[in-house]
Amino acid sequence: MRLETGGRLIDRTRPLRFRFDDRWMTGLAGDTLASALIGQGRILMGRSFKYHRPRGPVAAGLEEPNALVTLGTGARAEPNVRATQTELFQGLRADSQNRWPSLAFDLMAANDLVSRFLPAGFYYKTFIRPRAAWKHLFEPAIRRAAGLGPAPKAADPDRYDQVYAFCDVLVAGGGVAGLAAALAAARTGARVMLFEQAPHWGGRAPVDGGTVAGGDPAGWVAAAVAELAAMPDVTLRTRATVAAVHDHGYVLVEERLTDHLGGGPGPRRRLWRIRAGRVVNACGAFERPLAFPGNDRPGVMLASALRDYVVNWAVAPGPAAVVVTNNDDAYRTALALRRAGISVPVIADARPAADGPLPQAARAAGIRVATGTGIAGTVGRGRVVAVQLCDAGGGGHVTETIPCDAVAMSGGWSPAVHLWSQPGGRLRWDEAGAMFVPDPDHPPTGAAGEPIVTCAGAAAGALRLPDCIASGARAGDPAAAAPPAEAEAEAPLLPVWVMPSGAGPRKRAKMWLDFQNDVKVSDVELAAREGYRSVEHTKRYTTLGMATDQGKLSNVNGLAVLAQALDEAIPRVGTTTFRPPFVPVTIGALAGEARGAVFQPLRRTPLHDWHAAHGAVWEPVGLWRRPYCYPRANESRADAVAREVLNTRRALGLLDASTLGKIVVKGPDAGRFLDMIYTGAMSSLPVGRCRYGLLCNEQGFLIDDGVVARLAEDTWLCHTTSGGADRIHVWMEDWLQTEWWNWRVFTLNLTEQLAQIAVVGPHARKALEALGGMDVSKAALPFMHWAEGTLAGIPARVFRISFSGELSYEVAVPADRGVELWERLVAAGGPLGVMPYGTEALHVMRAEKGFIMIGDETDGTVIPQDLGLGWAISARKPDYLGKRGQMRPALADPDRWRLVGLMTLDGSVIPEGAYAVGAGRNANGQTATEGRVTSTYFSPTLNRGIALGLIRRGPERMGEVLTFAAEGRRVQARIVSPVFHDPEGKAQDV
Amino acid sequence: MLMLVCPYCGVTAEETEFAPGGEAHLSRVGPDGSDEAFEAYLFARANPKGVHLERWRHAYGCGKWFLAARCTATLEVFGTYPAQSKGPPPAVLDRIADRRGAGAAARVGRGAPDAS
Repeated sequence: MRLETGGRLIDRTRPLRFRFDDRWMTGLAGDTLASALIGQGRILMGRSFKYHRPRGPVAAGLEEPNALVTLGTGARAEPNVRATQTELFQGLRADSQNRWPSLAFDLMAANDLVSRFLPAGFYYKTFIRPRAAWKHLFEPAIRRAAGLGPAPKAADPDRYDQVYAFCDVLVAGGGVAGLAAALAAARTGARVMLFEQAPHWGGRAPVDGGTVAGGDPAGWVAAAVAELAAMPDVTLRTRATVAAVHDHGYVLVEERLTDHLGGGPGPRRRLWRIRAGRVVNACGAFERPLAFPGNDRPGVMLASALRDYVVNWAVAPGPAAVVVTNNDDAYRTALALRRAGISVPVIADARPAADGPLPQAARAAGIRVATGTGIAGTVGRGRVVAVQLCDAGGGGHVTETIPCDAVAMSGGWSPAVHLWSQPGGRLRWDEAGAMFVPDPDHPPTGAAGEPIVTCAGAAAGALRLPDCIASGARAGDPAAAAPPAEAEAEAPLLPVWVMPSGAGPRKRAKMWLDFQNDVKVSDVELAAREGYRSVEHTKRYTTLGMATDQGKLSNVNGLAVLAQALDEAIPRVGTTTFRPPFVPVTIGALAGEARGAVFQPLRRTPLHDWHAAHGAVWEPVGLWRRPYCYPRANESRADAVAREVLNTRRALGLLDASTLGKIVVKGPDAGRFLDMIYTGAMSSLPVGRCRYGLLCNEQGFLIDDGVVARLAEDTWLCHTTSGGADRIHVWMEDWLQTEWWNWRVFTLNLTEQLAQIAVVGPHARKALEALGGMDVSKAALPFMHWAEGTLAGIPARVFRISFSGELSYEVAVPADRGVELWERLVAAGGPLGVMPYGTEALHVMRAEKGFIMIGDETDGTVIPQDLGLGWAISARKPDYLGKRGQMRPALADPDRWRLVGLMTLDGSVIPEGAYAVGAGRNANGQTATEGRVTSTYFSPTLNRGIALGLIRRGPERMGEVLTFAAEGRRVQARIVSPVFHDPEGKAQDV
Repeated sequence: MLMLVCPYCGVTAEETEFAPGGEAHLSRVGPDGSDEAFEAYLFARANPKGVHLERWRHAYGCGKWFLAARCTATLEVFGTYPAQSKGPPPAVLDRIADRRGAGAAARVGRGAPDAS
């Protein structure tokens, strides 16, 4: 209901229409969705995760566990938004979650009736057999029944900004402590950034009362903000949540820019990525619920939250509210309710006596204070209508039933230590406050070991206003004087973890510790009985503090119950780890602009535009895009590949090989270096010649291959695979810089400096001769030689190397002359039947020749010897990278799987990744295997399927027929030589 | 996200500008090495909770490898130094001794840096 008067944040002259589920309602400017709903008499806002119990708001801010809604519709729908943080705007649309068919009538609430059979960890115990049923039956059903809101399926249409910033002091939290810290720091001349998650400054102080500088705290807040805003080196932001403090003072802040307007021009949110000299954590404290039976019934909320609803937004669940507490602070709620005209039939205080100024003020206001009293249960369906009082120390015998519309509970406060703990700050247990507070002797540290976070105000455990504001000023500048402040003295609280303390098992099964995840006192006690002694294990077994809660409301109560069950002291049980983010951050903000076309860089060869203009379909190769093939009108890809293969074998093909890695290695010790890097001897390669080389890691496994050309006495050009250029260059530099640093060698990655075109096929020589300028005859330029000159007036280096088995020249020219050369080749090749071919034709032709492909025939466990490449290893060299590794017994085992060709008996193409079925079963009881297919294609040249594979003792088993299994079918194939086409190599050496 | 200083170009930069390379000061074991020595070279890593010497490369900067002395528990950086070193230089060892005690410095000290 909306109160007639009051509400410091609302504007009664500006009503706003909004829709919740299927009903349109009216709220006021300044409302949150939660306050507007309460104002409309709606306190049922969600259903719990597991039992689907009806739930209303427990909090009024970011710690809210229950009132999670889906905001917006379609692509802009955002699930799991806290209604307590959602500012109302005209036309807002929100939907409740985790209910079917409706929030008020949820069929899944049947789970609640059988909750006795769904205790903590039930799914670990219940759904074990049959094993297949977990994946296909149990898990999908559980996921449907338990869950938060579904994510939208469409792409996010909004934009998200990211900004980098630096500051000396970053203050998280714009309450009085944060403002005092920012002021004190800014007055020393420091660059200060102050972030407040709410839309307004001041935190709790304007609601809680007291005086600052002799006046209302709100007045001091306004003056402090004005002074800060006038300072040049101060950045102030509201609606900006400090989500994480990472290593060395790296801070993430999410700022909400247009959410409160319901959208608008410009980015929706901004992610600040800040390097802060130091961080002041002034995030305040979270009030703790009390664990009494039925404490999850809608209408039961934190005392501070009900105070906020009444004071800030002039709303309440109804005209009467009971307060239940173990401390003096909750009396502020009783007094605020009374001032707002809401009756408080009783304050149930668990302590034996309550005689401080606040309890006295309550009594003076005519409010009944019942000490030594607790709550034995709540009454009501869908919302609370009465509470049952009992002796706080007893077993829960009901002494009195009191009608009410709300229950304001307070179990004390827990400092919001998240931003302190995330980067490694330690906590200590404060016995008097029954709370974990930051231990100033063990702060999180930065790069130089210096403290990087200071806690201030309630976050440091300074809960009373004068202590809070003084601690803030000190955190900003140790020499600063704090503004004078006053607040009522408070008597010590009495730790209460279970209410009533002598409650039996049935009552404990209705005491909620974690409202969102449906974790009760009985669940934590069950975990303890079942041997979960670590709080981290208990958290995972019971789901206590998971999802959006992250220990905000449930943490201390949960671990106190665990400590009791284990008969341990609370500080010995400790807390779970506080991990970022402090509150959920939308993925869009983390992604920023890095999505779609700018998600990652795209590398284009100098010929990219020509390919695009000639109908290439693309294949991603690392960051490169290479033409897969060039389909003609009405031509399938497979047909295009076959045409390209046959044309290259019969006439002339052109391939853009520019992505091939090209690393120059130069210097007096370059030969010695390459002899270590490659398995073969490169120092003995004559100038003008090319040699195929293999690179292995120290384990002995093959990591890359390519042709090496010796350019000069002290210079080699190393070709790598397209995907390997950067990696191999780094690999070379690693060895040169960190192992052989006194060897005189330079390396340079020239990959992008050169366009490289493979001119392939029986007419390749004629095509180059038509361009003119170089003698490319067999005599002048034999196979595995290279020459430099000009072709069609373009300076070129021509390599006689072949990856197809055909007569082949690879021509390298400066990158900016690549298109010119390509177009000249297309023109000159016209009469010769030239066609471009793509990567798939390249792959098919190399497989027809039995040439290996790194990443197909290798997978990080394959040595050159497995691939029949022992000839490329120099036996004479005393050492090379991988030599010692290859000497290990397992790599010399004759039973290793080795490369062979495979031909299906029926001519079909074996499925990719098919395994050869062996005899019997392996150690895991699975069907034994004795090999696998590494490359498989339809060969247009042979007009049948061909494959390469690694087979146990393969080369010794020529002619044997094996059975391959994949994709649910079995295929028989014969072991053959891996060289399917032109085994004598006549075609390439002409 | 760490901040590191590249000892070559002097730049203080974000961790994303660097690439990690594992434990520093490993001695390569070649074909003459025993099985035990080779196994240790390939697989045995110190993985301490505390002071650790590790390899980093200024991947999106000057491209140079360098070494860092860092606390794996608190992420404190005691110093970075060139990869062409047999062990941490005296200034880094002094810093470790100052921050973590002489024992910690002695544990990671491996003699004077190599000037070659």
